[in-house]
Amino acid sequence: MSNFRTPLKKVKGLGSAKEGTSHFWAQRVTAIALVPLVLWLGFSIAALPGMDYVAIREWLSQPFNAIVMILFMSAGFYHARLGLQVVIEDYIGSHGPRTAAIIAVNFAAAALGVTGVFSVLRIALAS
Amino acid sequence: MAWNDTRPLSPHLQHYKLPLTAYLSVAHRATGIVNSLAIVLLVLLIASAAGTPESYGFMSGIATSWFGKLILFGFTITLYYHMANGIRHLFWDVGHGFDVEVAKKSGKVCMAAAGVLSVITWLVALAA
Repeated sequence: MSNFRTPLKKVKGLGSAKEGTSHFWAQRVTAIALVPLVLWLGFSIAALPGMDYVAIREWLSQPFNAIVMILFMSAGFYHARLGLQVVIEDYIGSHGPRTAAIIAVNFAAAALGVTGVFSVLRIALAS
Repeated sequence: MAWNDTRPLSPHLQHYKLPLTAYLSVAHRATGIVNSLAIVLLVLLIASAAGTPESYGFMSGIATSWFGKLILFGFTITLYYHMANGIRHLFWDVGHGFDVEVAKKSGKVCMAAAGVLSVITWLVALAA
């Protein structure tokens, strides 16, 4: 049986709806943000005088460090979520497992990101 | 239906030697996946620091063991490589650096940057 649906009918609701580049764009914006954030993370952890309980809490009690760490976690988990989604889309062919994996990555990124931000705030705001 | 076309498939991974740029592309994805693991472990470490000295002691004990340090050194390389190669991608995004020779050269710069930044970071850590 031939297909009587027009190409327009097939793509309606599935097409870009002018948001086709949103994933690409978010990936790039978080990538740019992460360049200074990664350098800050690497070098400020390296420069810590010690890695003991008091030292790490002292470090994250500084407002600047707490703020930048929260920015790193927000941008980092968002970027990781976007990147892992592409990996899943490339390697998991069947629709069900693929959707399940993408949802799982979204949930994990949200849960871990919020845990990270909460932990930083708990240290930074502890009196 | 049997496959009876005897011509070689190209680029077939068992016969075709991938160029450096292809390995670097694979490395970008691989390091991205490793970095996702790294940020999860960072959250676990900071969450443990938000808890008791005992919970943090458990996590930092793993992190500062020789095996933990080896993993952390690996993370500095994967983070800096993905960052440097990500900048390379951003240049491609705006249309620069597509010539083969330029792409080869920029790839080598990324590898060097990852190595040098990692070594400097660990020298800072040892001096601190």
